[in-house]
Parts: sequence; structure tokens; C-alpha cells
Amino acid sequence: MSVPKLTIKDLHVAVEGKEILKGVNLEVKGGEIHAIMGPNGTGKSTLASALMGHPKYEVTSGTVTLDDQDLLEMAVDERARAGLFLAMQYPSEISGVTNSDFLRSAINAKRGEGNEISLMKFIRELDKKMELLEMDESFATRYLNEGFSGGEKKRNEILQMLMLQPRIAILDEIDSGLDIDALKVVAKGVNSMRSPEFGCLIITHYQRLLNYIKPDFVHVFMQGRIVKSGGPELAERLEAEGYDWVKEELGIEDEAANPTA
Amino acid sequence: MATQMPEFSDYKYGFRDKDVSVYRAKRGLSREVVEEISRMKGEPDWMLEFRLKALEQFYKMPMPSSMNSKWFSILPGKLDELNFDDITYYVKPSERQGRSWDEVPEEIKKTFDKLGIPEAEQKFLAGVSAQYESEVVYHNMQKELEEQGVIFCDTDTAVKEYPELLREYFGTVVPPSDNKFAALNSAVWSGGSFIYVPKGVKCEIPLQAYFRINSENMGQFERTLIIADEGSFVHYVEGCTAPIYSTDSLHSAVVEIVVKDNARCRYTTIQNWAPNIYNLVTKRAVCERNAHMEWVDGNIGSKLTMKYPAVIMKGEGGKADILSIAVAGKGQHQDAGAKVVALAPNCTSTIISKSISKQGGKVTYRGLTSFGRNSQGSKANVKCDTLILDNESTSDTIPYNEIKNDDITLEHEATVSKVSEDQLFYLMSRGLSESEATQMIIMGFIEPFTKELPMEYAVEMNRLIKFEMEGSIG
Repeated sequence: MSVPKLTIKDLHVAVEGKEILKGVNLEVKGGEIHAIMGPNGTGKSTLASALMGHPKYEVTSGTVTLDDQDLLEMAVDERARAGLFLAMQYPSEISGVTNSDFLRSAINAKRGEGNEISLMKFIRELDKKMELLEMDESFATRYLNEGFSGGEKKRNEILQMLMLQPRIAILDEIDSGLDIDALKVVAKGVNSMRSPEFGCLIITHYQRLLNYIKPDFVHVFMQGRIVKSGGPELAERLEAEGYDWVKEELGIEDEAANPTA
Repeated sequence: MATQMPEFSDYKYGFRDKDVSVYRAKRGLSREVVEEISRMKGEPDWMLEFRLKALEQFYKMPMPSSMNSKWFSILPGKLDELNFDDITYYVKPSERQGRSWDEVPEEIKKTFDKLGIPEAEQKFLAGVSAQYESEVVYHNMQKELEEQGVIFCDTDTAVKEYPELLREYFGTVVPPSDNKFAALNSAVWSGGSFIYVPKGVKCEIPLQAYFRINSENMGQFERTLIIADEGSFVHYVEGCTAPIYSTDSLHSAVVEIVVKDNARCRYTTIQNWAPNIYNLVTKRAVCERNAHMEWVDGNIGSKLTMKYPAVIMKGEGGKADILSIAVAGKGQHQDAGAKVVALAPNCTSTIISKSISKQGGKVTYRGLTSFGRNSQGSKANVKCDTLILDNESTSDTIPYNEIKNDDITLEHEATVSKVSEDQLFYLMSRGLSESEATQMIIMGFIEPFTKELPMEYAVEMNRLIKFEMEGSIG
């Protein structure tokens, strides 16, 4: 299989008429892990949702391609089937649909009619991944995210990623609300995916997660775009010193994407 | 979302066979028609008298409304298109009752084939009592049940073979004077199931019947009576599909159930009527001491359904569980709900109602929870959830409470929701198409209902819902 490549060029995105993303440029390739860091309200999650195609977000200009295919032309489900995955910050709860039924439908949607995964194979895979993520068996038969704690939801997002085997994954604040043990488990899941056929974009406030998932590139997000890029050492400095030095260095006064003046 | 309702010609079970009926009563309702029905069936005098008295009641009674009946509430104007003189009240499908499958006429078998009956029968059915038009043509009961003394036959047969048992209970739970449609049914009834489960006998396999209307403009008035004697258990399952008619058709059944001390009865129905059928049904059970009645009731299709499964808890410790779903599409109104009456101490009841409306369909939950003077320590819990799929569709919740005792607990919870953008986005982000995602949310919504169904019915139910939704999601 070829090496995946997600290319974002000068992406501008508006929500309810307000421009949030103001020219994002980024390329994520197979084998790479990128981290986007930045204070609240700078547009990081907007980037994640817009890439996946949430109808609330309107792309006003720019291009995004996945393996040289125009991502922005695709419907949400087509993006997923093309190999894009978004671990959401606030996953929806779907009552009455068990986790395993949902997962099997999602896998089969990707595999297509006539090529469905056998039930036995599915169960074997699911058991294996759940064991890796230290999830109780009961997760398989619980309703999708219903009544899950914050940590359980995050773990469930990672489980979905492991089962669906995307080419490019975006993890939107996968570490928020996790205790250190849960954080390690989530990191273990992500690390198990590492290969030349998998690229990953991690969005986070904190450097903490990056102790367990070593990023290749770190980007600082402010005012709706990437303002600074570097290696793992950039994350460490941000953790130690905060964002003020970046703002000073770049002459930024208000880092928000949509300043409330 | 693009919206397109399956047209009449697309209706899944809308095939129609050649009419093989031997006898067809002339249209309209009269004393002569009722006498003719009774004569054709070779009924004893007491049943003819019962019918004729009921006919008089029918003529006398006004159309039921919330003003004159707490059981049956026809909304003004809803039945204007229904003409009682334009309905055939009795059709005899073949000359005699089929005793075994071999004796069932080919034409009728073909209809069953299309509905998947023989396949279902081969599996684990205890007895199949399939109603084709007005009379039960095929009826098969497993030896095991017979040996336990369980009686499972069509009600016409019961009149002849178990007259005393039948007469003791017939019309006691739903008397002809109950409402106009109960009176009509009592006058012209035909077919339906009669079940008697002796003391202490537990029927492990559900008893099943399959209903089907197959004659244009023909009313179907089946009459079911179930008696679960002390300490017994029975699960009765019926499913209905009906073919397309060019004019409106009336289905007005009466179901009476007596659950004696410590007995339990579960009655499961899935109805998928063609979109031109009036489905006006009176279903009621009486629970004696520590008796437990469960209604599992699914209503899809029809032009208008008015159906409120009821349980009257007469004995101390009575228990009622009513679980229903209703799906209303274009031009359809599901006026459904549940009624529970506690007349003795420490009775408990649970009502769960799930409704879905789409493409301008209308769903109404109409419920009654009543606590009598001696109902101390009783509890009722009512939960109504509605899922509205578009802006043209509507839902109403009309709960009615009647409380004559201070020492009771009543909980009522109602939710109305739409399929949210975020839920769709979430499921689609995992590769499901918009229609797959919507279907999944809907299936999940009604899961509390489907999980209570026997396996094959759950599968059928999911297929029906899927079919119903296919046309409505673009």
C-alpha cells in the first residue's frame, strides 16, 4: 500500500459567517506524527471538524487533498472511506446501538457490499484491540457512548481507530479529562498504529500526552493558523514556559481566532 | 434531505391474489347480514342473540369521542370518510377449515409463502393459526401443548367446541356496550384466536397467528380471547400485513384477556397495515391477584390507527407492562397509547411509548393512568419518547391521570427529539452513509421494543423499519 499524504493549502474556514481559520498550511504523511498545540479558542478544533466535513464549517478558500484526491469535494462518509479518521472531542451518544454492532457496520461500510468481515474475524479483532486498550468486555455490548465517562469515551474513540485502520487520523484533544493511567493506555493504542501507512495529527493543549506519543513535528496554532513549527523540543518549551514567549516573538497580542473586541 | 415516500404501488406487501372466497356477504350492515353470518357459521342461538344485541348497541351508540368514552377517543372529522354501508362484513375464504397444511388451498398457500409463513412455521412455532380474510384456514398445534391441556384455536371453533368455557368470559372484558367499534365487532366478528392455558401450565414457545386482509373494501373483525388460568404463562404473537386497496378498509378487532392469580400473559403485535386502512382496535386485559400482563405493540402503516392496549389491575399486586412503538408517515396518523387502571393495592405498571413521525405523519400518545380508591401503594411509570424526522411531521402527548388515592406514585417523562446533525456527523465520520446513519439512529431509538420481540419478529421488524425509512431519506 502506498504512503498516505494529507495536504492542506491556505485553508480558510468560517462558522456562521465568521472566519475562524485564516490560511492553514500543513502536510501530514504516512509514518509521521504531528502535534498541533495552542491556547483555547485559536481554531484547533475547527481545523479537525472542517477536515472531516462537519456541515457547520464552511470552507471559504484553500484546498485539502488526501492521496491527491480532493477531500473537500467528498461527503463526510466518503472522507472516512477514503481513510480519514477523526477522534472527536465530544463523541455523540447513540442510544440502542451497541458498540460492536456500530463498529461492524462501520467496518463493512468501508469494505463494501459482498466483502463484509466475517463475524468470527470481527470478534477476534475486537477482543484483541479491547485487550490492548484494557477495556472491559462489557464495552462491546454497551450502547455507543451512552453513559460513558469522559475517559471511556476517549478510549472508545481510539478503539474505533484501531478497528477501522485509517490512513490519516486526527485526534482532537484525546487527552482531555484523562488520568495518567488512561493517558498511557490511549498512547499505547496510538503507538500501536505507527507505521509508514499511517499518519497522525494530534491536537492538544498539553505537552503531557506527547511524553507518551513522541511527535515528529510540533506546530503552534494561534489566530486561526500555524504560527510556528518545530520538533519535539518545541512542545517541551511550551510546557515549561507557556505561550507568551511565542506571542512576544511573533508580536501577537490576542491569540484568539475570532477576537471579541 | 430529499423526501420520497414509497408510493402505493411500491408497498412491499401490496401483492394481491385472485379472490378465492366461496361466500361473500353483501355490502353494508343490517340485521339480515348479521343473521346470515351466524347462520353460515352454524352458531348456537346464544351467539346469534349476542350479535343481534350488539348490533342494536352499535346503532344506538354515538361515534366514540373523548366526551363519551375514556377508552376510545375518535377525533372530530377523523372518520368522515368511513362509510359503514360500503363495507363487506363477512367473507368466507374456503368451505372448511384446513386441518393440516396439505389441505390448505394452493392460492392461500401462495399468499403465505410471500409472507414467509411456512418458513417461520418450520422453525419453532407451537401452533400456527393464520387468519386469511375473515376465517382461520390453517391451524396447527403441537402435540406437546395439547397434552398440557392448552387450547389454541380460532374463536369460531371455540364457539362450537368449548362453548361453556368461551361463554363464561366472552364479552366480559370488553362488553359490546364499551364503545361503538366494540359493538360493531361483537355484531359481525369472525375469526381471531381463542387460548386457554390451564392452571400452572407454562407455554415455553410463543403461540403465533398471522393476520391478513385480502379483499377489497372488506372489514376484518377478529375477536381474540385469552384466558391464562392461575399460575400459568403464555406468550401470544400476532403480526399483520395487508395488501393495497383502492378504497378505504376497516379493521376493528377486539382482544380480551383474563390473567388469573399469579399468571402471566404477554401479547406481542406487529401491525403493518396498508396506508388506506382504518385500524380501530379495543385491546384490554384484566389482571387478578399478582397477575402480570404485558402488551408489546408495534404499529406501522394504516391511514389511522387508534389503539390503546389497556390493563385493569383488579387484584392486589397486579402488574402491567406496556411497550409500544408507532411509525407515522405521509398521510398517516398513529393515535396510540396505553391505559392502566389500578383498582387494588400495590399494583405496578410501566408504560414505554416510542413514536416516530416523518413526511408529515402525525403521532399521538394518548394515555390513561388511573388509581382507584383502594389502590394504595400502587405505582405507575410512564415514558414517552418521540423522534421527529422532519419539519412537516408532528407529535402530541396527551396523558390523562385519574387519582383517587393519596398513597400512590406516578412518574411521567416525555421527550421529543430530532436526529441531530452531530449524531449524523459522528456516524458518517466512521464511513456510514447518511441513510445508513439515520437508520442506525432510528433502530437504536426503537431498540427497547425490538429487543422484546421473538428473534424472527425482530428481524422482520428491522426489515420493515428499514423499508419504511428507505423512501424517506435521500
